[in-house]
Amino acid sequence: MQQSPGWHGLANPHRFQRVSALILPWLMAAALGFLAAGLFIGLVVAPPDYLQGPSVRIMYVHVPAAWLSLGGYLGMAIAALAARVWRHPLADLSVRAIAPVGAAFAAVCLLTGSLWGRPTWGTWWVWDGRLTSMLVLFLLYLGVIALAHAYEDRSRGDRAAGLLAIVGVINLPIIKYSVEWWNTLHQPASIRLSGSTIHADMLQPLLLSAVGFALLFAGVVLMRMRALIAAQKKAVRLRRKAALADAGA
Amino acid sequence: MNQLPFIIAAYAVALVVLGGLTLSSFLWMRRAEREEE
Repeated sequence: MQQSPGWHGLANPHRFQRVSALILPWLMAAALGFLAAGLFIGLVVAPPDYLQGPSVRIMYVHVPAAWLSLGGYLGMAIAALAARVWRHPLADLSVRAIAPVGAAFAAVCLLTGSLWGRPTWGTWWVWDGRLTSMLVLFLLYLGVIALAHAYEDRSRGDRAAGLLAIVGVINLPIIKYSVEWWNTLHQPASIRLSGSTIHADMLQPLLLSAVGFALLFAGVVLMRMRALIAAQKKAVRLRRKAALADAGA
Repeated sequence: MNQLPFIIAAYAVALVVLGGLTLSSFLWMRRAEREEE
């Protein structure tokens, strides 16, 4: 009996290239649609906050960027673990593809947070638990990128980057609970599993833009994975050509 | 304090960083796939 390929079957690079080519245009179109709707409602329709005023509109980019930089890091660490344990051919490529995207989202989170902090708290930056642990997350992403490119032997770079990605997971609960463990200017989480303290008029655009940013994150990771697979195939073909030329000489 | 410049700056940062990342990733993918063929 033949089984359907399932998620494990997608670890085959050829199948991945075929499926991702089909998905990618729809993914990016959906991302643009959700982002346009979420950001338009957030900027134009949603009311200003009764306490913070209109600066609350920064939330519609800042919060999704924060969620995705954390979620992206967890995904990268799981991919790194899968590469070590199950030797999935695409797992190491996923780590290389996710790291720059996660770093960009973490940078957006830090910069927009700073721009939100100035009118709300009266300062661009404080070295408190939440902001500092978020900066550490950004630096961890940069570390993974640097290690992946630090060795001439690609597999050594993959191993070193994967190890840092796995060890760095310790920072995720620190970010999450930093607002409860330490005194901080940053507000505690407004959305929990038990419910939300955000008014529905603000929650709706926030969720729309979060879905849009999540689809964008996934789309860009797919693009980068496709580029990495294509580059790897080209390198293998060149090596084969060189070997054949050596054999013929 | 006028908050509008901060809101505009935040959206501009997101647009430049994430738009640049998306565009550069797309161009990289196209170039790599062209070179692979």
